[in-house]
Amino acid sequence: MRIPISALIGLFFTGGFFLMAVFAPLIAPYGLAEVVGDVWEPRSADHWLGTDNIGRDLLSRMIYGGRTTILIAALATVLSFSLGSFLGFTAAVIGGWIDQLMSRLVDLLMSIPTLIFALVVLSVMPVNITTLILVMGILDSTRVYRLSRAVAVDINVQDFVEAAKLRGERRSWIIFREILPNALSPLVAELGLRFIFAVLFLSTLSFLGLGVQPPASDWGGMVKENKDGIVFGIGAALVPAAAISALAISVNLVADWVLNRTSDLKGGRGG
Amino acid sequence: MAEPFLDIRNLRIEATVYPPGEPARDIVIVEDVSLTLEKGKVLGLIGESGAGKSTIGLSAMGYGRGGVRIAGGEVWLNGRDIMKGGNRGFRRLRGKEVTYVAQSAAAAFNPAKRLMEQIIEAALKHGVANARQAEARAVDLFDRLGLPEPESFGRRFPHQVSGGQLQRAMTVMALVPEPDLIIFDEPTTALDVTTQIDVLAAIKRAIRDTGVAALYITHDLAVVAQVSDEIMVLRAGSKVERNTAENIINNPQEDYTRALVSVRSITHEEKRPTETPILVARSISASYGKLVQVLKDVSVEVHPGQTLAVVGESGSGKSTLARVLTGLLPPFEGEVTFAGRSLAPALAQRSKEDLRELQMIYQMADTAMNPRQTVETIIGRPLGFYFGLSGRKRRERVVQLLDEIEMGPEFLDRYPAELSGGQKQRVCIARALAAKPKLIICDEVTSALDPLVADGILKLLLRLQKAEDVAYLFITHDLATVKAIADSIAVMYRGELVRYGPKSEVLAPPFDDYTDLLLSSVPEMRIGWLEEVLAHRKMESAGH
Repeated sequence: MRIPISALIGLFFTGGFFLMAVFAPLIAPYGLAEVVGDVWEPRSADHWLGTDNIGRDLLSRMIYGGRTTILIAALATVLSFSLGSFLGFTAAVIGGWIDQLMSRLVDLLMSIPTLIFALVVLSVMPVNITTLILVMGILDSTRVYRLSRAVAVDINVQDFVEAAKLRGERRSWIIFREILPNALSPLVAELGLRFIFAVLFLSTLSFLGLGVQPPASDWGGMVKENKDGIVFGIGAALVPAAAISALAISVNLVADWVLNRTSDLKGGRGG
Repeated sequence: MAEPFLDIRNLRIEATVYPPGEPARDIVIVEDVSLTLEKGKVLGLIGESGAGKSTIGLSAMGYGRGGVRIAGGEVWLNGRDIMKGGNRGFRRLRGKEVTYVAQSAAAAFNPAKRLMEQIIEAALKHGVANARQAEARAVDLFDRLGLPEPESFGRRFPHQVSGGQLQRAMTVMALVPEPDLIIFDEPTTALDVTTQIDVLAAIKRAIRDTGVAALYITHDLAVVAQVSDEIMVLRAGSKVERNTAENIINNPQEDYTRALVSVRSITHEEKRPTETPILVARSISASYGKLVQVLKDVSVEVHPGQTLAVVGESGSGKSTLARVLTGLLPPFEGEVTFAGRSLAPALAQRSKEDLRELQMIYQMADTAMNPRQTVETIIGRPLGFYFGLSGRKRRERVVQLLDEIEMGPEFLDRYPAELSGGQKQRVCIARALAAKPKLIICDEVTSALDPLVADGILKLLLRLQKAEDVAYLFITHDLATVKAIADSIAVMYRGELVRYGPKSEVLAPPFDDYTDLLLSSVPEMRIGWLEEVLAHRKMESAGH
C-alpha cells in the first residue's frame, strides 16, 4: 500500500501534535502559569518563542494549550459521534414517527446558529471543561446524526439487513453488526472533519472569553491574551493562530486520504 | 465468398482497474480475437458475463467504455482502418455507418425529449436526410416494426410507451440513418418473455427488410439462434468457436459450446401432492399503500419436500406474494397456515420457530450478504441464533454446510467480494439451510447468473431438496427453470392466479390465453422456432 505524500505530511504533523498533547508536562520547559520573564520578550535561547503578555514562557503555554485544545475537541468529537451515530442509526432502523420526531428535533436545533446557541448556554451554565465538552458534543451531534441516518437508511434497505430481520434479529444486532461496519468508512472520514470543526469552535469560544478560563488556556484563548501585542508589532498572538491552522490542515489531509480510500462505499470519491 | 465489409483482426483490448488501496494495474479483456462480417449478415456474439462480447461489439465503432482501450489489432470497415481516423473519423462513423442498440432503452432515451426528436437526431447531424425525410422514414419503420399509431407514435415521450415498444423505438433510431452495421447489445435481456418475442420478431424483420449487417450480442443462445446467420462463442475474452447458427446448435464442436447448448436440460420427476401441505395461503389480498392492489385473492399450497413454482412477468405480484408469506407485508385479507399452525401476518409477531422454519434466498446474492462479514459469520449466525452453537461446534457445522454446497473449508475466512457470482448464491443457500427450514422461498435465485452457473445452482437445490426434505416456493419469470424443477406451478398475471395445479396439468393443453402466450414465448434451442411461433400465432388470430 502506497501512502500519498500529502497524507504522509498530514500523518506526521497530526501524530506530532497528539504526542505533544499527551506528554505535555514532560516536554514543556516551564510551568503553565509560571511567570519567568518580562512581558513579551523576544525569542531567545531560554524562551524559544519568547514570553507572553504577563511574562510566561510562550512555548510552554503553547504545549499545555495544545493539550487542552486537543483534549476538549477530541472528547467533544467522541461524544458527538457516539450520540449522533447511535441516534441516527436508530432513527433509520426504526423509521416511522420516531424517525420523524427525532429528525424534526434535530432540524430545530440546527436552525439555531451554533455559535449563538453555545454563547447563550455557556453564559447561564458554569463554564468548566465538562460543560464545554457537553455543549460542543451535543451541538455537533446533530450533524453526525444527519450523516449517519442518511448512510444507514441506504444500508437498511439492502437485502442482507432484510435477511437479518427475517431471521428475527434484535435491533441492537442490526444496528451494531449489520449497519455499523458498513457505515464506518464514511463516518471515520467525517470524524476528522468534525474534529477540526470542534477545534475551531473551541478556539472561537475561548477567544470570546466563554471557553477555557484562565490561568489554564487553549490556543484560542492565547490568541485573545496576546492580541493586544499586535499593535506594537509583537507577533505572539500569531503563534497559537498558526498552530490552530496547522492542526486543522494536517488532520484534514489525513481525513481526505481516508475518504479517498473508501471508494467502494458511500461517501468515497473513487480513484 | 463476398468481400467482408467488417474485418476485425487480432483485436486486443485492455483496461486499467483501480482496486481500492492498491496501485492501478492493467488487465486484458479481449485477447487476439478476429472476425469478419459480410453485408446483410448477422453474427451473434455469445458468452457469459466477462467474456468480452460487448467490448468486442463496441470496438466495431472504435469505442471503448470508460477506462477501456483498444491496445492492439485492426478494425477495418468499408475498406478502411477506422482506428486511424482519429476523433473526426469516429464522429463520421458513429451514428451513420455504425449504429448501436443498447440493452436498456429506458436508460438510453432522454426522458425530457419526445421520441421522434431523438430518433432522427443522428440522421440530421450527419446530413443523411432532412427532417421531413427522416421522419417519414421513421414512421415507415414504426409501422413495419408493429408499433401502435405509427403516425403519432413519435410525438410521445419515452415514459408514455412500454419497455418493449421503447426497445423497438431504439431499433428504429438505429435504422433511420441507413447504417451499414448495427450493434445490438442484449436488446431483449431486460424484457419479459412475452415482450421479448415481439421485439425479436421486429429486429429480425428490420434486418431482413433493410439488408443491414448486424452484430447481435447476448448471453442467451436460444435467442441468438433465432436471429443470427452465424454465431461466435466467446469465453474470457477469447474465441471458443465460430460456425453457422445451425451447426452451433446441432453440431457443436467444443465442450464449452456443448455445455451451453445442453443447458436447461435438467429433468425432474414430478411428485404427487401429499395429504398435509406445509404451507397454505388462503385468499391473500395485499396492497402497497391504499391505492394499488397488487395481490387479488391468491390461494396456493406448498407440500413438504416439494417445489411450487410461481411464474409471471414483472408486475404480476409474485415477489409481493413472497413478502406476504415472510411477514414483510401483512396482507389485508386472507391467512397463511404453516406446518399446521396459523402464521401471524406481521413479522414482529411471529415466533422464532416460525422464522427459523421459513427461510428466504434472494435474487442478488451480492446484496443479500453483509460485505463486512466472512463466510463463516454469514453461515454461522443462524446456527448461533437458532441453535445456540458457538466456537468449534459452530465451525464444524459451517464446514459441513460448505461441503453440502460443494465448497471447501478454505472459504471460511473469505469475504463476499472474494467469491464468484455462483459461489455467493451457494453461500446464501447454505445460510438458509443452516436454520434447518421446512420451506425456503427462492426469489429469482438464478436470474442474475450466467446460464451454466444457474444450471449448477438448480442442480444443487434439487439435490438438497432430496437430502434435507425441504420444500421450495420458487419465484421466477423463467419457464425453462420451472419445467426443470417444479412439482406444481402457479401462473400469475396482474396480481391474480390464472392457472394453478400440478406441473403436468398446468403444462398440458387446453391452455388459457395467457398461459398459452407465456409458454409459447420461451425461446427454444432450435433454429426456426421464432418463425414457427409467429406463424402459429398468425393462424390462430386468423381463425378467431
